[in-house]
Amino acid sequence: MLLAIAWKNIWRNKTRSLVVITAVMLGLWAGAFILAYVFGMINQRLEDAIGNEISHLQLHHEEFYKDYAPKFYLENGEKVLEGLDSNPRVKASTGRVLTYGMVGSAANSTGGKFIGIDPTREDQVTQLSTKLTEGEYLQRSDKNKILIGKKLADKLKVKLRSKIVLTFQDINGDIVAGAFRIKGIFRSYNTALEENNLYALDQDLSRLLNAQHQVHEIAVLLQDEEQVDEYARDLSQQYPTARVESWKEISPELGLMVESLDQYMMIFFVIILLALSFGIVNTMLMAVLERVREIGMLMAIGMNKVRLFGMIAFETIFMVLIATPLGLLLAYLTIYWFGMNGLDLSGLYQEGYAAYGFKSIIYPQLDAMYYYRIMLLVGITALLASIYPAITALRLDPVKAIRKI
Amino acid sequence: MEGHKDRVIRTEGLFKVYDDGAVSLKAVNDVSLSIEKGEFTALVGPSGSGKTTLLNLIGGLDTPTAGKVWVHEKDISGLKKNQLIDFRLYNIGFVFQAYNLVPVLTARENIEFVMLLQKVGKEERNRRVDQLLGEIGLQDKAGKRPAELSGGQQQRVAVARALASKPQFVLADEPTANLDSKTAENLLDMMAKLNMDEGMTFLFSTHDQRVIDRAKRVITLVDGSIVSDVTREKTTIEA
Repeated sequence: MLLAIAWKNIWRNKTRSLVVITAVMLGLWAGAFILAYVFGMINQRLEDAIGNEISHLQLHHEEFYKDYAPKFYLENGEKVLEGLDSNPRVKASTGRVLTYGMVGSAANSTGGKFIGIDPTREDQVTQLSTKLTEGEYLQRSDKNKILIGKKLADKLKVKLRSKIVLTFQDINGDIVAGAFRIKGIFRSYNTALEENNLYALDQDLSRLLNAQHQVHEIAVLLQDEEQVDEYARDLSQQYPTARVESWKEISPELGLMVESLDQYMMIFFVIILLALSFGIVNTMLMAVLERVREIGMLMAIGMNKVRLFGMIAFETIFMVLIATPLGLLLAYLTIYWFGMNGLDLSGLYQEGYAAYGFKSIIYPQLDAMYYYRIMLLVGITALLASIYPAITALRLDPVKAIRKI
Repeated sequence: MEGHKDRVIRTEGLFKVYDDGAVSLKAVNDVSLSIEKGEFTALVGPSGSGKTTLLNLIGGLDTPTAGKVWVHEKDISGLKKNQLIDFRLYNIGFVFQAYNLVPVLTARENIEFVMLLQKVGKEERNRRVDQLLGEIGLQDKAGKRPAELSGGQQQRVAVARALASKPQFVLADEPTANLDSKTAENLLDMMAKLNMDEGMTFLFSTHDQRVIDRAKRVITLVDGSIVSDVTREKTTIEA
């Protein structure tokens, strides 16, 4: 009976109840969509970073990070790569020759990161060839050909087939320089990568460095992301002179972002629910105060405090229960649609997003777990929001309440 | 005090004082009375004489400043609020001036409601509601909500609701105040019949001469005190 009365009471003032239901529904929809948007953006960034830039694991010489000196190459790099090739947990791996220096054209010069690659292996790990917008990808038979980012090309005022000069230190600390012809120009959603990275063949850079087929970095892409930590431990044991790092260590800001995102998003959602709860409390208070006489009568004829509290609480819970599935369904449909088609913000924020390494087309995504969490949070909110109006009803003096006009 | 088999209500030295610090008002001033089972009693007096306050004290809606109230020899003056709510549920029926039905419930549901609070079984509830609807002559209005009923019909439903809990007695606070003459007469006929047929005890607070004329006993209050208590041989109008 309490449930029936509570249900009927909701519809006494349809407009007011519908306003609250709509507010909760829209709040949930917006909150869930923002969660999905941020998760989609971060997951995309993570996938891009792993799939296109840093991979799951990287191996370097123990001292490479000290000053990025080319003399700190990996011992037995080729054997390590062979070992990785035969491991079923590894999807792809590649070795890189790395050095930093100046890149100059006839018009300009700037600093850059020069990456010597095995074109086939590199493409398997970072899909570099797919990012070319002009020219062609490197071939093993090329000599002194280079791939350059569009932003860097603009900065150097060079174009396809232009010649640029790379200047850097070799492994002995001597300054060396090499002229390279631009074979391809690539674009990246990551501005920093497009402005700094230049890709040449490993053999060309090794020759200039006076090194012999040594690599400074090995990037590993795994079949299963869940195995990153375990495989990193295995590799560390297997190659004790190498420094093995997971993507979280290579890009700690990304790891922190992913790990703390969950908490931040839930705090954000709680804030939305807190704001909604004030609206619910306000409406329920109005509902209680406009039927003071009736509540007084109910207390007079024998409705005890527990039942009265229950009646008011059920009214609140019912309104939220109506709004929750509608809001979440709306959110699910919106997230599903944009998850399939993408939310294209390139017209608005492309440059801004790219500056931080994010794509401007976002594919929102939200795990089922979050829908359950939201439902739980909404349930708690409804209960908490019902307390104050219910207590207000309980405080009524039946004698005064019955006489209330 | 020695118990009395048919005594439903007893008050002794009952006081209710409203004191806001500046002014002290004795709404009920040393009232001692006793009401037997089956009485049809009217509490009368001018406005502010303490009728409703006395009714509220007897009904356990309010607590006395001093003195005691016994219902069937149970002292209710010392009961806590929660205990009083339960006590009212099982012992007292209320009829209010403004009907005070639950607007979202039908006539049938309003009558049934108090039995649901008492956790009466469904079959018994249905039987009793049907019986009460018959007694108040509103079988055909059972599915109507209060807003679809006239004032007289609403007050009949309120009486049926008061009786549904099988109370020891019914307290009616100005039950005819909002009704026209004919409707008030019909309502009083109905309550008088219930009083005669079922021996239900009624205690009214009223200004209405029609109620006073039908009462078997008339207690007059002035300034919170009983100034007269008259018992008649029979009511002036047969129910």
